[in-house]
Amino acid sequence: MNAPANLVVETTSPAFKENAREALADRQLQQALSAVAPGLAARRGAARDALPEFETLREKGREIKNHTLANLDIYLELFEAKAKAAGSHVHFAPTPQDAREIILDICRKANAKVVTKGKSMISEEVGLNHFLEEAGLKIVETDLGEYLIQIRGETPSHIIAPAIHLTQDQVEQDFRRIHTTLPKNRVLAEPAQLVSEARGVLRERFLEADVGITGANFMIAETGSTVIVTNEGNGDLTQSLPRVHIVIASIEKLVPTLEDVGTLLRLLARSATGQEISTYTTFSTGPRRKGDPDGPEECHIVILDNGRSQLLGTDFQEVLRCIRCGACMNHCPVYGAIGGHAYGWVYPGPIGSVLTPALIGVKSSAHLPNASTFCGRCEAVCPMKIPLPGLMRKWREAEFAGGGGPALYGLGLKIWAAFAKRPRLYHVAARFGILGLSALAAGRGAFRKLPFASGWTKHRDLPAPQRRTFQQLWAEQKAGVPR
Amino acid sequence: MSSNDKRRERMFASIRAGLEAYAPTNRQRAIDARMKSPPAPLVPQRAQKPLAEQKALFRGFLQGQSATVIEVASKAEIPKAVAGYLRANNLPLRVRAGADSYLRELDWTSEPALERMEGRAIGSDEVGLSRVTAAIAETGTLVLASGADNPVTITFLPETHIAVVEDKAIVGGFEGVWEKLRARFGKGAMSRTVNFVSGPSRTADIGGQLVMGAHGPRRLCVILVAE
Repeated sequence: MNAPANLVVETTSPAFKENAREALADRQLQQALSAVAPGLAARRGAARDALPEFETLREKGREIKNHTLANLDIYLELFEAKAKAAGSHVHFAPTPQDAREIILDICRKANAKVVTKGKSMISEEVGLNHFLEEAGLKIVETDLGEYLIQIRGETPSHIIAPAIHLTQDQVEQDFRRIHTTLPKNRVLAEPAQLVSEARGVLRERFLEADVGITGANFMIAETGSTVIVTNEGNGDLTQSLPRVHIVIASIEKLVPTLEDVGTLLRLLARSATGQEISTYTTFSTGPRRKGDPDGPEECHIVILDNGRSQLLGTDFQEVLRCIRCGACMNHCPVYGAIGGHAYGWVYPGPIGSVLTPALIGVKSSAHLPNASTFCGRCEAVCPMKIPLPGLMRKWREAEFAGGGGPALYGLGLKIWAAFAKRPRLYHVAARFGILGLSALAAGRGAFRKLPFASGWTKHRDLPAPQRRTFQQLWAEQKAGVPR
Repeated sequence: MSSNDKRRERMFASIRAGLEAYAPTNRQRAIDARMKSPPAPLVPQRAQKPLAEQKALFRGFLQGQSATVIEVASKAEIPKAVAGYLRANNLPLRVRAGADSYLRELDWTSEPALERMEGRAIGSDEVGLSRVTAAIAETGTLVLASGADNPVTITFLPETHIAVVEDKAIVGGFEGVWEKLRARFGKGAMSRTVNFVSGPSRTADIGGQLVMGAHGPRRLCVILVAE
């Protein structure tokens, strides 16, 4: 599992620290993040409060996914049979390379020139756009956020709000740079004007596309259907207008029945955006039927593994419950401070810190599971109750067992351990340290600057200690000393 | 063996190797039983209210999701409601609908100015008209099953979408939809698409600000028919 999987998408995870430093200093990024992320968390809270059964539903959702994963082979067979019966072609892609080649082959057979795409993280994972473009195809992302980053040559910085790192001004500049056939003096001062312009430009692409590619939030074994969830309706125009529809999905998207999908739908939008339900939820089952006046003539479903099957039966199987709602990143103080790009690979935030080492190896992504204070908010909000901090700790252990980590860390931990094993010595040292720091603080509640602690104080104040250690306070409280 | 078969075998072998560690061997029978009668899902209280309350819930959620809701007493009033909505919003009196016999057989002579076209929607259509298969009170959601009577393009291409909801279409929660779909298409089968629609198209991808009409309709009007 630690062997690097087929890495077809470059990673900058080894440079996480530099990435994070740059992100913290990037004023535009900080402005963009502060405009959106806190709102998503607040809306999720309100949606949860409006549904008294929400916490029990999380437990049910967890059970459904655990059951499906424990029987993944059987459900995959059932899904395959049903999808084929509905007229879909089912393709199996053990690796990203397989997925890309299968999709290119389908596009070539369809004589495709223009390919529209709905939002799909799996397509990011296999580096699909780049690969198809190299082969001479024109790929058009149709989710507005995905379109914004495509015209900038960037990758998503959030799994459900891919352009969360951009400000409105940046979007206006990009539209003026790219949409050169439109009048130069047009007004683009409001988000509605920008959306309207994108709608007009992309509508033409929808109508001319030969192939439409979408992802899938769920694959239903009972019916052979794939399900997508959007607010824009772009995924529906992507799959309904071209001659060929290709779905790309990974194996853990399977669910047994419609009842199970219902439970997961009750969790998904509430956790993601705080909506009762997303504007569009679409169940697609095969190509156009006899008598249907619209819809694609061919439907292909490409099922990706990319190392996920190797997580089955291990501690990391739990990460396969993820339904990609993004709640963990919306509630993560680290993500909120640095955004998604700093993580350096496809999946950012807490889920990325657990999934990335599993998919590309812990060696190049060791910083990610370490970039956490284990505050636990991600696990507290995860609709699938994935123990994200616990799994990050397991990656730290795996990294340590593999001899990873900088030498200075090891030295620091050894010194700390030497004290920690000797409680008296530890206590005395802590008392002196605290006295020294409070003397330095000289009555101020916090340090704005401190030697050797600039990594902390550059972006926030360091609280000054309160003159006594926890153990002293504890002893005093037990003895009834008034504070 | 085709290359897809080979890749398929590799994937299944890898999955089974992972499951072997703890999976009992006679799983197939348990799965067959679960597929045949799935465990009863947890249905929220709000989805289990009587019809009158369901209707109010449905209307409330839809309006909260930026749709317009018009209530009429009988289906005879639908043409007037459609034309009235279009006039009030300064929209062309031209609608595209599928080959739905319920819609076709309405008395449209009361609105002679209203032009109707039948078939799939094309890029120049400005108004789409559909009749829903189900309407979910729990979330304020329309359910549309695709077919000749309801081409999926009508739901997504025109800037304005008008949907007719009969009383009998309203269900409390998702479970009511599964029931209706199974009754209509058989268990394990679906129309090519089943679309859940819960308001007009929207996006918050620019600076987190909500804007209607990203790619699908800018406006959604729901006509609730009390019969």
